[in-house]
Amino acid sequence: MDLSLLLAMKFELMITLIIFILLFMKIDGRANNQTVIRISYLLLFLNLGFGFAGNVSGEIFNGMFRSTPLLAFQKNILNLATLIIALSSYEWLRNHKHLPEFFILLLSSLLGMFFMMSSGNLLMFYLGLELSTIPLAALCNFDLHKKISSEAAMKMILSSAFSSAILLFGISLIYGATGSFDFKVITSVLTGTTLQKLAFILIFSGFAFKLSVVPFHLWTADVYEGSPIAVTAFLSVVSKASMSFIFITVLYTTFISMATTWYYVLATTAVITMIVGNLFALRQTNLKRFLAFSSIAQVGYLLIGISGASQIGIASVVYFILIYVFSNLAAFGVISVISSLTGKETISDYKGLYASNPALALIMALSLFSLAGIPPTAGFFGKLFLLTAGASILNWPLIIIASLNLIVSLYYYLNIVRAMFIDETDEPMVKLNFSTNEAVAFFMCVAGVLSIGFLKGVFEFIFGLSSVL
Amino acid sequence: MAEITLTHLLFLSTALFFIGAFGFLTRRNMITMLMSVELMLNSVNINFIAFNKYLFADRLDGVFFTLFLIAIAAAEAAVAIAIIINIYRNYQSIDIDDADSMKF
Repeated sequence: MDLSLLLAMKFELMITLIIFILLFMKIDGRANNQTVIRISYLLLFLNLGFGFAGNVSGEIFNGMFRSTPLLAFQKNILNLATLIIALSSYEWLRNHKHLPEFFILLLSSLLGMFFMMSSGNLLMFYLGLELSTIPLAALCNFDLHKKISSEAAMKMILSSAFSSAILLFGISLIYGATGSFDFKVITSVLTGTTLQKLAFILIFSGFAFKLSVVPFHLWTADVYEGSPIAVTAFLSVVSKASMSFIFITVLYTTFISMATTWYYVLATTAVITMIVGNLFALRQTNLKRFLAFSSIAQVGYLLIGISGASQIGIASVVYFILIYVFSNLAAFGVISVISSLTGKETISDYKGLYASNPALALIMALSLFSLAGIPPTAGFFGKLFLLTAGASILNWPLIIIASLNLIVSLYYYLNIVRAMFIDETDEPMVKLNFSTNEAVAFFMCVAGVLSIGFLKGVFEFIFGLSSVL
Repeated sequence: MAEITLTHLLFLSTALFFIGAFGFLTRRNMITMLMSVELMLNSVNINFIAFNKYLFADRLDGVFFTLFLIAIAAAEAAVAIAIIINIYRNYQSIDIDDADSMKF
């Protein structure tokens, strides 16, 4: 076997290596938390840098594992997001008893996502999916003595097991209809019979659970609220990003012969998802719960971009996710710092934040502007391209509903900005000091949010990559 | 004696799947819910084996998938039971209605 083909798996090999290094450090047991955390950060930085050079495209293991320039770019986004999450949760991790396990589980989950995104075969896809889900459920329980943390983990593992059972039933029907697990063979055999449509609906439900598309979103808010903030950030950004990448691949290649069927499924769920996500986000008081519903609404816009079914559709989704990584992780970073130093997580606790902690308040405001899609920030361009991709089908009611939802979302995002900058409070927050690690994470997020929209090459670069899925 | 056909097996697996789904939605004990999910996964296993034997007997794809599925179901059950034990430590109960700290 040609060894250069193994380079096609270099992202996965690198992460496996890091997992083993951390595992041996755990078994050895002599390193203290400070050393482990420094080495982990160093390894994650190396992992990120390693992803940018010498990428090989190709198919290995009989087409079970694919590697394309677009996939390499998507994996780089996920590596970056993992690094930012690890940096911004420094304060919470610093004194945690099970620090090495946190990174081991986090990276195992990331490894599963990489395998899932690269899969060219339903077996490989399912293995990657479970490798990404099972460690995540364990991560949700990482505040072992907290009641809500174990409750969140229970809800996560039971609902994900249920959803993967539904997904598997769909896969078994596809196998019965086509006799193969290979995406390419399935594509050539599928014709859109009733059995195949039923199988598609079941597989779509499995995806919808993981992407928390309404009506499969009920686990989201509880799991997000109960989990530690680093895990919530990972769930809402990295897990969703990887899921939507493979979702695009499956829809655009495997199920392309049913394009009209899935267009209506996507359009309907997108409308419900946006409306329900926005309406529930309006009445939340806990910030993590609030971001859960806001991320449900964002998935609604994402589905509109996916429904475009074109190269612009792929490019706009990847571009949106790149921006979403920066803007959402900035918000989670601020919440993480404040929660681990003071334990405060509700919106009313944030009143008068600007007076005591101007830097944190400004970062939070910037990320909320970007999530809402206000022009100078990158979030506006992300939403613009998504809706442009969706509009290529010429289904105007869908685009109009999405735009109206964007206006509703402005209200609840700016509500937090108002609390931070305008509202007075009797018990203001003390001045909080955060370390260099968090400062680096904030710097990356802010730079991303401010610059990506204006760098003309970024979207064209992604568009060029997305000619090959 | 009448032969067992693919239809019989599909009927069995579909029935098993919905029994599992019904159990998952109605039972309130977490261990029983986990067992219901295992029932659903096993119905998928029957599906794979049946399709493989009756329709695509020349290749073993379905059987391989089943083997992987059994292993993954075991891993999932291991993590789920660990989480349930932790729930018991925190709530002194494994009834799902007692674990209700978060509501909206």
